[in-house]
Amino acid sequence: MTAALIGLPLFGAAVLLLGGRRTNAWGHFLAVLMSASSFFVGVALFTQMIGRPTESRAVHQHLFDWISVGSFKVPFDLQVDQLSMVFVLLITGVGTLIHIYSIGYMEHDENRRRFFAYLNLFVAAMLLLVLADNYLLLYVGWEGVGLASYLLISFYQHKPSAAAAGKKAFVVNRVGDVGLSIAVMLMVTTFGTVTFSGVASAAGSATHSQITWIGLALLLAACGKSAQFPLQSWLLDAMEGPTPVSALIHAATMVTAGVYLITRAHAIFDLSSTARTAVVTIGAITLLMGAYIGTAKDDIKKGLAGSTMSQIGYMILAAGLGPVGYVFAIFHLLTHGLFKAGLFLGAGSVMHGMHDDVNMRHYGALRTSLKITYVTFGLGYLAILGVPPFAGFWSKDEIIRVAFEQNFWIGMCTLIGAGVTAFYMTRMMAMTFFGEARWEKGVHPHESPLVMTAPMMILAIGSVFGGLLLKFVGNIEGWLEPVTGFGVGQNGGIAGKVLMPATLGVIALGAFYGWTKYGRRPVPVVAPSDVSIFTRAARADVYGDALNEAVFMRPGQYLTRALVWFDSKAVDGTIGALSAAIGGLSARGRRIQNGYARSYALSMLGGAVLIAFVLLLVRL
Amino acid sequence: MNPNNYLALAAILFTIGAFGVLVRRNAIIVFMSVEMMLNAANLAFVSAAHTTGTLDGQIAAFFVMVVAAAEVVVGLAIIVTIFRTRRSASIDEASLLKY
Repeated sequence: MTAALIGLPLFGAAVLLLGGRRTNAWGHFLAVLMSASSFFVGVALFTQMIGRPTESRAVHQHLFDWISVGSFKVPFDLQVDQLSMVFVLLITGVGTLIHIYSIGYMEHDENRRRFFAYLNLFVAAMLLLVLADNYLLLYVGWEGVGLASYLLISFYQHKPSAAAAGKKAFVVNRVGDVGLSIAVMLMVTTFGTVTFSGVASAAGSATHSQITWIGLALLLAACGKSAQFPLQSWLLDAMEGPTPVSALIHAATMVTAGVYLITRAHAIFDLSSTARTAVVTIGAITLLMGAYIGTAKDDIKKGLAGSTMSQIGYMILAAGLGPVGYVFAIFHLLTHGLFKAGLFLGAGSVMHGMHDDVNMRHYGALRTSLKITYVTFGLGYLAILGVPPFAGFWSKDEIIRVAFEQNFWIGMCTLIGAGVTAFYMTRMMAMTFFGEARWEKGVHPHESPLVMTAPMMILAIGSVFGGLLLKFVGNIEGWLEPVTGFGVGQNGGIAGKVLMPATLGVIALGAFYGWTKYGRRPVPVVAPSDVSIFTRAARADVYGDALNEAVFMRPGQYLTRALVWFDSKAVDGTIGALSAAIGGLSARGRRIQNGYARSYALSMLGGAVLIAFVLLLVRL
Repeated sequence: MNPNNYLALAAILFTIGAFGVLVRRNAIIVFMSVEMMLNAANLAFVSAAHTTGTLDGQIAAFFVMVVAAAEVVVGLAIIVTIFRTRRSASIDEASLLKY
């Protein structure tokens, strides 16, 4: 049953990729069907799980022994517990909605079948990632989603920028993957096992430095996959991919894999305060940096990408706060998955109506012509701001509260982040849907077909009620308790009571400032160039690319150039000179063969005389 | 008679033969010079056999004669064929087989 979850989309991908052009006509329907049936299998498993008592909810399925070397064994086992379950529902649920949306969005693309094949491949890999019961199998899924992400970012492969963005994502992700492979190897040498349960039970017996190193390696892996500082640069470029991909992979599911990894490895992080501090620091830096970048982007998708970085920063930060934080990290991950997917699909719908223009300075006043998109995007907007009772409020507010309980300055970071989030989202909203129309000539905005708006509406409903449902009906804190080892969050006394109004005040302030700057005043069609150094830095992604280029790319290039020079001059030069010398020598040597028999005779005679002479000498 | 005289004669004959091979252009003369060198060697063998009182040198001389006879057959055939095609017996002109 569990294997079917992964098997169905994998089957879909195999049929579409191997079937080739023959499956063009019905390929996308098969892909949607496979994703939807995977979702229904997930729902069935979920209802079964609810029916069982709490302590026996986690289910293992042994498929086969994958690696068996002496005493070291890695089984190919799947595990569905409460944490995996919420991920399965998020991946297959949001994934299916985005599959449906893509039918409309990719309608005129001749490579639509390939697109759906990759989407199915991604869903299968992501499910393997969250259903694996050991770190090595998780690594397989981890690489699988990396591959699918690469294929989908560079889906418009005829565009050099898309091809470069795919390559960049792949290379930066490799850096993170090195972290994960080091972590797995450290686990093998330290614990002798890589299963989640085995590592969790053996963690207590390892030394503190071993645990810390494993934790830091895992953090590096999480940074790569979740686009956290300092490996954040690929996510903004990843927006070159088709918008449904940005919604599914680079907002809702894959980029949250880092949060999943840290939560899953909580046994490691619980024991090392150093690793936890590193996680919190990375999360705080990224949440501010992403929000800051988001404030200056005119590209609607890149603005949302900065926002995604920032929101995942919140999750990583929460996960780094220890047992109190895991549940809120996952909670925010779920609500974020709903509203950010909705926002991205809304952005895709706007692009669909505006001839694939992504520049928000060419938008404006779209609320009348794109009514459904306006309403769904607006609900997502309220959710990401954290306005009660929308989804983001329940999760983000809890993270801010827990952060303040741990440390005042971390709390301040999350609070400022919330204000900046309100600012850039209001800016995005005002530039896209309000103000006067700044459309390019020949653009006639039109609402997208129902096949695209229906998923947006469902996600908008999720953005409104998702938080309420998860908190009060789903009791997410109690549900995840067996996995995270922490019970229902006790309400934080005075801090909690003061904090919520303060948070709402900061959010209102950010939104108000954004509105006065971009809502009430007309927005210039061309981005102003006489801007402060801070705006310029944000437009350049805080010089992340420039830094990477100066520190890694250029020296690497010089090194390879030097090696190439050494190879061609020194190594090839030596061999080349040797062969040239032999060649020249033999060219001269063969002139001896001049065809005159008498000359040969003279050589023979000379040789014979020489030998006779030598013999005589030896005799004497 | 002193056997050294025979050896000296053999050396003289060999030198004359070698000289002929090196300086003459006519293939027939060169061929004759080669024969002279072979027979000089035969003379040396026989005189050596006489000096030591064994038959080894004489047997070697017979071998040389047999080989020389065979060589004459092949060599003359080649020379005749070359003369037929080129109307010349000069060995310097037949120098196409080279680098």
